[in-house]
Amino acid sequence: MPQQVTRLGIAFAVLAIVFVAVRQTLVPDTFGDAGHYRAAAVDSIAAQSLKYAGHEACTLCHRPIAEKRSASNHSGVSCEVCHGPAAEHVTAPGSVKPSAPRERGFCPLCHGYNASRPSGFPQIDPVAHNPTVPCMTCHDPHAPEPPVIPGECRACHGRIASQKAVSHHAVLPCLTCHDAPEEHKATPRAVRPGKPSSRDFCAGCHAEDAASPAHIPRVDTATHGEDYLCWQCHYPHHPEAD
Amino acid sequence: MSDSTAGPDRESQATREAVDRRDFLWEALKASLGVPIALCVVRVPELRGMQEGGDEVVERIYGMGIDVRKCIGCGHCAQACKSENDVPDEPYFFNTWVERYVIRTDGEIVVDSPNGGIDGFPPIEEEGSTLRTFFVPKLCNHCEDAPCVQVCPVGATFITDDGAVLVDEEYCIGCGYCVQACPYGARWFDPVKHVARKCTFCYHRLAKGKVPACVEVCPTSARLFGEVGHRANPLARFLRFNEIQVLKPHLNTKPKVFYANLDGEVR
Repeated sequence: MPQQVTRLGIAFAVLAIVFVAVRQTLVPDTFGDAGHYRAAAVDSIAAQSLKYAGHEACTLCHRPIAEKRSASNHSGVSCEVCHGPAAEHVTAPGSVKPSAPRERGFCPLCHGYNASRPSGFPQIDPVAHNPTVPCMTCHDPHAPEPPVIPGECRACHGRIASQKAVSHHAVLPCLTCHDAPEEHKATPRAVRPGKPSSRDFCAGCHAEDAASPAHIPRVDTATHGEDYLCWQCHYPHHPEAD
Repeated sequence: MSDSTAGPDRESQATREAVDRRDFLWEALKASLGVPIALCVVRVPELRGMQEGGDEVVERIYGMGIDVRKCIGCGHCAQACKSENDVPDEPYFFNTWVERYVIRTDGEIVVDSPNGGIDGFPPIEEEGSTLRTFFVPKLCNHCEDAPCVQVCPVGATFITDDGAVLVDEEYCIGCGYCVQACPYGARWFDPVKHVARKCTFCYHRLAKGKVPACVEVCPTSARLFGEVGHRANPLARFLRFNEIQVLKPHLNTKPKVFYANLDGEVR
């Protein structure tokens, strides 16, 4: 074999050996076993310890209270929402106790009035709603049905109530337009409140010949948006018309 | 011309004839091909092993469903995530967080997320001028075509067989490219570990048969977890019975976090 080729061959061989050696040192074990990553990383991530045990774990020991909760309005609220991460408590029930928030600041995280919350979600104004009394004095968090049936619609319909409060309809009680059977307050989804069904209802105040105070805006109900029901254009809780 | 000068000339001519350009290139090509071929011989058994092992892999792709209309913005998800995954308490580091959108009557859109929603939200300023308002929980979208995976120079960010986008914290060099690349702002740089971090879908919980911590503590079931493409699981049901949107679909990242009742203004 010619000399140049031999030298080149040796040079290539040395390069190849160096490449393989460097690669062996730099590329970690299991890299590329399952893709362009270190396959062992998946196992080490999967092996991390739990902090939240999951509500199934709580039910094993706390069956009566879990059954009480799952029959209540808090049935979808997992134990650890309020009691915090409890995996340590599951492994060492005697020595590690989960927290139980009793201060007034905790419940409003969900139930304080906030305009961005979905309408119908029970919300209170923490400043006006029995101030200084801890929530647990009146409400059992494991069965939080209100001790007194809410007298005010705004207890649940805060968003609507706050809109109405700054609207031209602020002075109208909810019951002017809605009939709310008492059962609606105890079983809100089973018994629904009524609402107006025809243009005549709004016309009772807003028609040109209506027997209502003179400052109330009037329309000719025969020609004004005759193809529509009033609330298809005007939101009754905050009517747009000026 | 003398004989003394003719000698070396003839010799070099003879050498040139022995190794002409064609032979030289051919030898060089053989030598340079030898290295990759040798590497291939070493790698082939590994590849075979992968294919044989591949049959045993359970085919599942994880995904999350979020019903925006059910979110009450309590922030328990963000808090639980911090506890479960040892995320620093400072209000800049979140695997998941809750945003409040306020769309005003003049068209202005205000988005805020004080401490990720963990401490609740202050009252809206000028509530009377609000056209509509709602909460949107955000987290890593575990994209099928994840930009963060593409930019990682060392393969520390990767997609598992079950579709979760994870970070190998032992292998991450902390360059931060993935933090820049994520169009959803879902990545952050751990100031203690000096590695990039993100939501893992609570991969360690999934491995133990549990749902992610944020799903576990969501009091209104606004979040749910399951597998894409399988019939009987919560996510499949969610995808069947809701109109579904993903975030920034025009980027073709193919997210696996699916939103129901998502407003068009949400970015």
